[in-house]
Order: sequence, then structure tokens, then C-alpha cells
Amino acid sequence: MSSETCLLQAHNLACERDDRQLFRGLSLTAHAGECWQIVGPNGAGKTTLLRVLAGLFTHYDGELHWHLSGDFREHLLFIGDRPGMRAELTPLENLNWLNALHGLDDADPWPALASAGLRGFEDVPLTQLSAGQKRRASLARLWLGEQKVWILDEPFAAVDAAGVATIETRLADHAAAGGLVLYTSHHAVGSEVRRLELGP
Amino acid sequence: MTGFAPTLARELRLGLCARAEIINPLFFFLMVVTLFPLGLDPEPDLLRRIGPGVVWVAALLAVMLSLDQLFRRDYESGALEQLLVAPVALYFPVLARLLGHWLLTGLPLVVLSPVLGGLFALPAAVLDELALSLLLGTPILTVVGAIGAALTTGLGRGGMLLALLVLPLYVPVLIFGAGVVGRSLAGYDVDAVFALLGALLALAVSLGPLAVAAGLRISSGD
Amino acid sequence: MWNWLKKWYHKLGSPRYFYEITGAWLPWVWPLAVLTLGAGLVWGLAFAPPDYQQGNSYRIIFIHVPAASAALLGYVAMGVAGLVALVWRMKMAEIMIKAIAPFGATLAAIALITGAIWGKPTWGTWWVWDARLTSMLILLFLYLGVIALQNAITDPRQAGRAAGLLAVVGVINVVIVKYSVQWWNSLHQGSTIRMTEESTMPPEMLTPLLISMAGFYLLFACIVLVNARSEVLWRERRANWVRRELSNVL
Repeated sequence: MSSETCLLQAHNLACERDDRQLFRGLSLTAHAGECWQIVGPNGAGKTTLLRVLAGLFTHYDGELHWHLSGDFREHLLFIGDRPGMRAELTPLENLNWLNALHGLDDADPWPALASAGLRGFEDVPLTQLSAGQKRRASLARLWLGEQKVWILDEPFAAVDAAGVATIETRLADHAAAGGLVLYTSHHAVGSEVRRLELGP
Repeated sequence: MTGFAPTLARELRLGLCARAEIINPLFFFLMVVTLFPLGLDPEPDLLRRIGPGVVWVAALLAVMLSLDQLFRRDYESGALEQLLVAPVALYFPVLARLLGHWLLTGLPLVVLSPVLGGLFALPAAVLDELALSLLLGTPILTVVGAIGAALTTGLGRGGMLLALLVLPLYVPVLIFGAGVVGRSLAGYDVDAVFALLGALLALAVSLGPLAVAAGLRISSGD
Repeated sequence: MWNWLKKWYHKLGSPRYFYEITGAWLPWVWPLAVLTLGAGLVWGLAFAPPDYQQGNSYRIIFIHVPAASAALLGYVAMGVAGLVALVWRMKMAEIMIKAIAPFGATLAAIALITGAIWGKPTWGTWWVWDARLTSMLILLFLYLGVIALQNAITDPRQAGRAAGLLAVVGVINVVIVKYSVQWWNSLHQGSTIRMTEESTMPPEMLTPLLISMAGFYLLFACIVLVNARSEVLWRERRANWVRRELSNVL
């Protein structure tokens, strides 16, 4: 996999929400094999930028191109600031539904949950898990599927030090394998990571 | 059909987690219907005349109120945006959600309706027709109401706004649904009206999920 | 011709072009609207012959019928704008929905009030569950739903698309409402005196009615354009051309 493959080109992006300008003149070119950390003060529009990149928020000005074949969503793993999982259900039930939507019917959620550090909690409804455990449940998807592009909103929030280390390794591995990771965090990660700063 | 079966299974499982949300609309239906003889006059002739309309209006309100929560928890938990970024046509998961919701709230209303018709002194002959009209009508109420629910999901306050959006859209279903039983009581043949309700149901099921999907996209910021 | 239309459509999609071209139209459309409406109303209310059955009370149809028909047409226009907003994501279409809804609702309310005023001498009561009046009431409710949804959503673009979707669903519904209400009406009461019987209306009454209708449409168009223009200025308030425009005025 050539690390020169350009996956994402954004030129002069500007976005306003609820009549408030969030960011403007934002340009970004990201290649396979890269890991991007998006930083900025609260309210700078980090979450909105990720939602724009994921195709969830379409009221932006400027140009945005993903250089991927077919339906872009087939190549995308998006984990937002909310877990994407219903609290009444167990991590296993939630993952089974998400896997089915992504056509990953054969993927086995058990080892993924174990990798995310949730061994023994697979069958416990999310309401009974701590905030960090909920986060780990949604991050278990990093060990499922083969999406090339990962867009993660605050993946380290509420996760303990050991968990942070595990996830950092996982992100680095994915980039090394030719993937692209875009994430927001206030947490400074290794020197390999590129930074995109939002805000004044 | 990607996403239909797993979404339906998930919806039914969620329903089992929150049994109150299945039972409460039923109690609501029963209580609203009970208020009318108390507020009017328990005279059998009057009851028979207003019965079909009262049962229909109560069923309509029960379905509408149950819809307020339809997408809210999915929205708040982020499951909705996961649905939107997944590589599936939204139509089938949405259809599955609506079917699941109808099985848990609409169908019990249909089953209970002959009992309520009996309370309104409706002759046994039209009780079947009452139930059948609701069997065809409540899915339409679910689909049309879900459009309003999708559009108000992202807003903190749903309830009253949902009613403002949805109630005018319910008018034709109410007219034909309650009208079936009224006509039957007056001795007319009602097959044509049932056919009409069936046509409306086909329209609602074929186009409705598309509108619901569009509403969900808009609510998540599209 | 087709290419020209397409080009014009794309141009109109630009708020700035819309603002400029309607600014040039309005000085002509306003007087035309006032003149047509005035002519239709004066002719209808003062000079058209009295009805042989209803005497002079029928004259309110010169307001009632145009208001009702403009309200219905306005809703259909809103549905078309909604479709354009949903499919082509055109900003101007979202603005048009917001511009049409309030006056459309007002017209529906005028139609209902004039209907009630006419009903008192004719039917002996302010309100009869007549098929037309009932449909108009539902239409008013549909308008109110669009306005309520628009007001509830803070982001203007999201509000525009949400209202657009509701308007599209509403237009499909309007058709079904009309037939269902007619069916319901035939079930529950015998034939009432129709408010208008177009086929039997003599030309001395029909002509002022048609002129008055044209006047109502033109007035509606003017008000929609004025509303849309002020909305354009608000939404584009950060753009340079709006700042220039406003500094010229102030």
C-alpha cells in the first residue's frame, strides 16, 4: 500500500450552524497511512468538522472530495461523541446490529470486545456500565470490519490510561496498514501524528 | 433488504426492555374511550352513533403519543447517526422500525378494539369491521406520525409540536376508518371503503419510509 | 428555450440575483396588484348584479373564493418549493417556503372568516360542516404545522428543509383530504346550498370574480417577494453585497 495515496481533499471549507460561524477557510489533504489529530478550543467546531467529513452535516461551503471507490460509507467507520449504542441493550446486541448494517455478519464481536477490555461485560446492558466502559464498547468496533477511513470523536474520553495506550496502538497500527485516522482529542499522542488546529 | 431483519429484531428486543411503553398506550386508549360515556350520556343509541368515531379518535391519539419517543433515544444515543453513516439504503431499517413499533403498539389496540366497541353498544356484526378498519388504519397512523416524529426528534420539546404537525395529516384516515363502521351501521356495503383504506396503506408503506428517512437525515443536521 | 429556462432557474437560485431582479420587478408588480384587486373588489362589491336567491349577501364570494383559491395555490407552491429544497438543496427554495407560509395561513383564515360571515344569513349559523369549509380548516391547520415546525428549529437551513418535507407530505395529503371530506360530507348531511356554482354563474358575476382572483394572486406574489427579500438580506447579512446594499439605504 503506497502511503502517497491521497484519500481526502478539502479546500476552503466553511461552516456555520445556528447562524454562528464555526470555521472558515479550512483546507486539508490527507493520505493513506496518516493519523490526524484535530485540536482546538471548545466550540471551535471540531465535532461539526468530523460530521461534515462523515457526510452527516452537509450545509458547508467549499469543496470536499473523498477519493474512494463506490459508496463512500462502505469505507467509513465513524464513532461520534455519543456511543451509537442503546443503553438498554448489551454491548453484544449493539455490536451485532451495527455489524449487520455494515454487512459484517461474519465478524465475531467476542474477541473485539475482549481487545477493547470488556471481557466479562459482553452481556451486561450498557446502563450498568461506567462511562469508560461504554466508550470501550463503542471502540470495540476498531477491531471489527475493514473500513479504511476512521473518523473518531474524542475516542479517549473517559478511558483509563491502560485503555488509552491500547487505543493509541490500535490507531497507529491502522495507519501503518494503510488506513487513515482522523480524530479529535485534547490528548497529545505520539510524534507520528499530524495536527490540524481549528479556531482563532 | 439489508438491515431489515436485524433492525426488526432489535426493535422487538428494545420493546421487551420497556414493557411500559407497550402497555401505557393501551391503558390510554381504554381510559380515553371510557371518558366519553361519562362526559356525555350512557344512552345506547347515542353510544352506538358516536362509538366508532370515539374508538378511532382514541386509537389515533394513542398511536400519536407513543410515536413521540420513536426515534428520540436513537437520536440521543447516537445510534441514529450510525444508521445514517452505514452503507445501507435507509428505507429497509426504517420500515423495520415502523413495523416493530406497530407490532408493539398498534396491533394491541386493534386486538382490544372489539371490547371497546362492545362498551359502546355496537352490534357484534360491526365489531369485526371496527377491528379490520383499525388493522388497516393504525399502520397508516404509525407511518404518517413517524414522519412528524422524525422531524421533531432533534428538538427538546416534541409532544405538542408533533400533534400540530401530525393531526391534520391524520384527517383522511380518521374519516375513512371511522366512516367504515358508520356506513356499515347504516346498512351500506363497505368493501369499497376497505379497498380505499388498503390503497392508503399501500401508499403510506411504500412512500412513507422514504419521507421518514429524509426527516431523520434533516434532524441529524443534513 | 429549455437552456434559457435552466440558466434562469440556476440564476434565481442565487439569493443575490433573486434580490436584484425582484427589486426591479416589485415597482411594477405592486401597482398592478393594487389596481387589479381594487378593480375586482369594487366591481364585485358595488356593481355586479345581486343574486336572485341570496340578494347581496353573496357578494362576499368576491373575497372568499379568491382568498380560498390563493391559499390552496400557495400551499401547492410551498410543496413545490419544498421538493426543490429537498432534492436540489436550493437555498432560495427554503427561503420561499418561509416567505409563503404566513400569508398563506392568513388567506386561509380570511376564507374561513368570510365563509362564516356568509353562512350566518344563508344557513342561519356561523359554521356548518360543509365540505369546502372543512377542507379549508384542515388547510389552515397544515399551514400552522409548517409555521410551527419552522419556528421550532433554530438552524435556518435545517428549518427550511424540515418545513419543505412537511409541505411536500402536506400537498399529497391535501388531495386526499379533499376527497375524503367530500365523501364524509355526503355521508353525514344532505346537499346544502353551494357557495358557488361556477357553471351557472352569469358573466356579470364571473368577470369581476376572475379579476378579483387575479388581484389576490398578484397581492400574494408581492407579499411573498417582500418576505423573501427581507429573509435573503438576513441570511446573507455577512456577505459584502448585502453590506453595500444596506449602506446605500442607511
